[in-house]
Amino acid sequence: MSSVLYDIPGPRAKRRNILYTLGFLVVLGALAWWVLLGLADKGQLEWSKWAPFVTDSRVWTTYLLPGLENTLIAAALSLVIALPLGAVLGIARLSDHSWVRGAAGTVVEFFRAIPVLILMLFANAAYAAFSDISPDNRPLYAVVTGLVLYNSSVLAEIVRAGILALPLGQSDAARAIGMRKGQTMRYVLLPQAVTAMLPAIVSQMVVIVKDTALGGAMLGFSELLASVRPMSANYGANTIAGFTVVAVIFIVLNFALTSFAARLESRLRQGRKSTGAVVAADAVEELATPGEHVGRKPEPPERS
Amino acid sequence: MFDFLQGYDVLGAFWTTIQLTVWSAIGSLVWGTVLAAMRVSPVPVMRGFGTGYVNVVRNIPLTVIIVFTSLGLFQTLGVSLGADTFDVINFRLAVLGLIAYTSAFVCEALRSGINTVPLGQVEAARALGLSFIQVLTLVVLPQAFRSVVGPLANVLIALTKNTTVAAAIGVPEAALLMREMIENEAQLILISAVFAAGFIVLTLPTGLFLGRVGKKVAVKR
Amino acid sequence: MKPRKVSAAAAAVLALALAATACGSDDGGGGSDDGKKITVGIKFDQPGVGLKTPDGKYEGFDVDVARYVARQLGYVSDDIVFKEAKSADRETLLQRGDVDFIAASYSINDERRKKVDFAGPYFLAHQDVLVRADDRSIAKPSDLNNKKLCSVTGSTSAQNVKTKIAPQAQLQEYGGYSECLTGLENKTIDALTTDDAILAGYAAQDQFKGKFRLGGFKLSDELYGIGVKKGDTELRNKVNAALEKMVQDGSWKKAVEANFGPAGYRSEPPPRIGVFSG
Repeated sequence: MSSVLYDIPGPRAKRRNILYTLGFLVVLGALAWWVLLGLADKGQLEWSKWAPFVTDSRVWTTYLLPGLENTLIAAALSLVIALPLGAVLGIARLSDHSWVRGAAGTVVEFFRAIPVLILMLFANAAYAAFSDISPDNRPLYAVVTGLVLYNSSVLAEIVRAGILALPLGQSDAARAIGMRKGQTMRYVLLPQAVTAMLPAIVSQMVVIVKDTALGGAMLGFSELLASVRPMSANYGANTIAGFTVVAVIFIVLNFALTSFAARLESRLRQGRKSTGAVVAADAVEELATPGEHVGRKPEPPERS
Repeated sequence: MFDFLQGYDVLGAFWTTIQLTVWSAIGSLVWGTVLAAMRVSPVPVMRGFGTGYVNVVRNIPLTVIIVFTSLGLFQTLGVSLGADTFDVINFRLAVLGLIAYTSAFVCEALRSGINTVPLGQVEAARALGLSFIQVLTLVVLPQAFRSVVGPLANVLIALTKNTTVAAAIGVPEAALLMREMIENEAQLILISAVFAAGFIVLTLPTGLFLGRVGKKVAVKR
Repeated sequence: MKPRKVSAAAAAVLALALAATACGSDDGGGGSDDGKKITVGIKFDQPGVGLKTPDGKYEGFDVDVARYVARQLGYVSDDIVFKEAKSADRETLLQRGDVDFIAASYSINDERRKKVDFAGPYFLAHQDVLVRADDRSIAKPSDLNNKKLCSVTGSTSAQNVKTKIAPQAQLQEYGGYSECLTGLENKTIDALTTDDAILAGYAAQDQFKGKFRLGGFKLSDELYGIGVKKGDTELRNKVNAALEKMVQDGSWKKAVEANFGPAGYRSEPPPRIGVFSG
């Protein structure tokens, strides 16, 4: 598409583009220079603030890696628990009974409308007040609970979209050979929908990984972001360096997940054996506007 | 039953949430559009910058970005955004962080909208001799915007919820107040219900309204 | 590279203390018949008070006190298990029995005494401010007006300054003291406020030597106690006896000098064990 938006540059346009390129680079360079100068001025570029990450392996083994481990544990637990819940909710939203649809729709809308931080704060306080979970584990439980509540709603939408993305012929054929509704769902639709959903699920993992950082900042969950605190207490408050390193780890980790989702998506689209149905990796945020589907049976999307 | 609300400015906190949302929404719409324009522009460096920006920002936790605005931009680089009290500075920094983050999603939504504009439209515009900027602003973006009202509504709702992250640098919005109230008062369930209800009131009507608007204005093809 | 070195003198004192520990544990090792452990709650992120070092070791004044007390209770060094006791979790940890006692800059107050019992006090700290060494504009508490203060989210010390001492002061709250120190170093924050013991621990760090100084304002009295489970009078009395011995045999003074000495911080004489008002 992008190449369609403009003509192939002629000599004048080429010269102009070079000018734009130079101008843009100068602006970017000036910005970068200003940032570096500012950091240097405040002594934040001093080697002593950054050296520990290179020269002292204990920074990694004592603080950052255990933090990363907790991030991954929380994210994996959340996904594993949220998947079946989301599947149940998503299938319930496709039910023929309006009260089942309505109930599932209300649950999904409710948890999608509330910030995940509010859910985490509530879970943390509720576990403290009403349960016997030790204070060591409580932040992890609270983070996972908040993430499960929110993400099972999102996954419900993904499951629903995955099932709706299958060609109508699939359920028609299942009905033709005499399968009941439950059988059609179990043996025909769900297995194919799971494949179609994979890219969207992997990219939801990115959202989950990012949200664990909320637990670190607000609940004292010792994940990757929070590991900067005890680390910087030992290394002269090198917070800027610490947060930068942590940000880079997050980017690399999530970028790997995003690329994996994209590769998965393109393989599924080209796959010969499957129906070619797929829920796009970047469709997660766009699946449904909150409030749109309460109690209504969704129309199947148009097919081309 | 509701005496636990006494001494707490719940409405004020939600007003801060709304202000954060509105300013960030305006800012990220503008910056997101600029980013989308960069990503389809004829200048390779700008395309590269747009792509890089979106890929980096989408993969960092918002919490990290918000903490960076305070610790990096303000504490280290001295960017106070024209304010001189911590309250105002933190608010503006949070808005800046939310814009930086949300605009990546606005950009992606717009780009998918640009892809829905039929090729013939663009070719016709170019045949008329319109420049890239003219093609974009007169032909492509107006149609793209109309087709992405739904996705943009979702971005707006996500933004409303994301304003809670501003609590990490002490902006007195809803989540920060909720945490304070939970610590000091016993009625955990009631307090949580109040804040949950507040966010439902903020997000659900927005979704319903914009969902309807989106259907109405979408270009039928 | 060693990240947190104490000055030569302090290191010598520390080495002495460690040697004493080693001897003590040898003696104790003979006497201890079973391998039962004692779990102690400390802070993990407060240099000088309670800190988990990159090697996974623990150091600080609270840690030294906890070790001494545990040894007096009949445990050898290897039997002491340290566990992080975050401020908000301390009462819960004791009530659930997750820890046997807590030495974690735990000031005694009425609210807390409803939920747990305190042995001690073993240290008298004051709320104070940490300012840049070259900043002469803060000489008395009222100078804090119109200054930029920093503390951790939800702490009482920050509110204390704002409501009582310097109402015109501005307050920035972060999740941890390290963030405040970055601001203090970069001159966007003028003073970091909390207990002087904690501030002294930060100021004594190698990277900060000479950069910061304590205001010495004594904005409040904080008596640090050792928290034990409510109603466990036997343990409380034993801990009190141990603390008394620690003061008498000079170990207390050594621990104070080793941990706070480098900051040039004049600590109070040991408080009278077992005596606290209210």
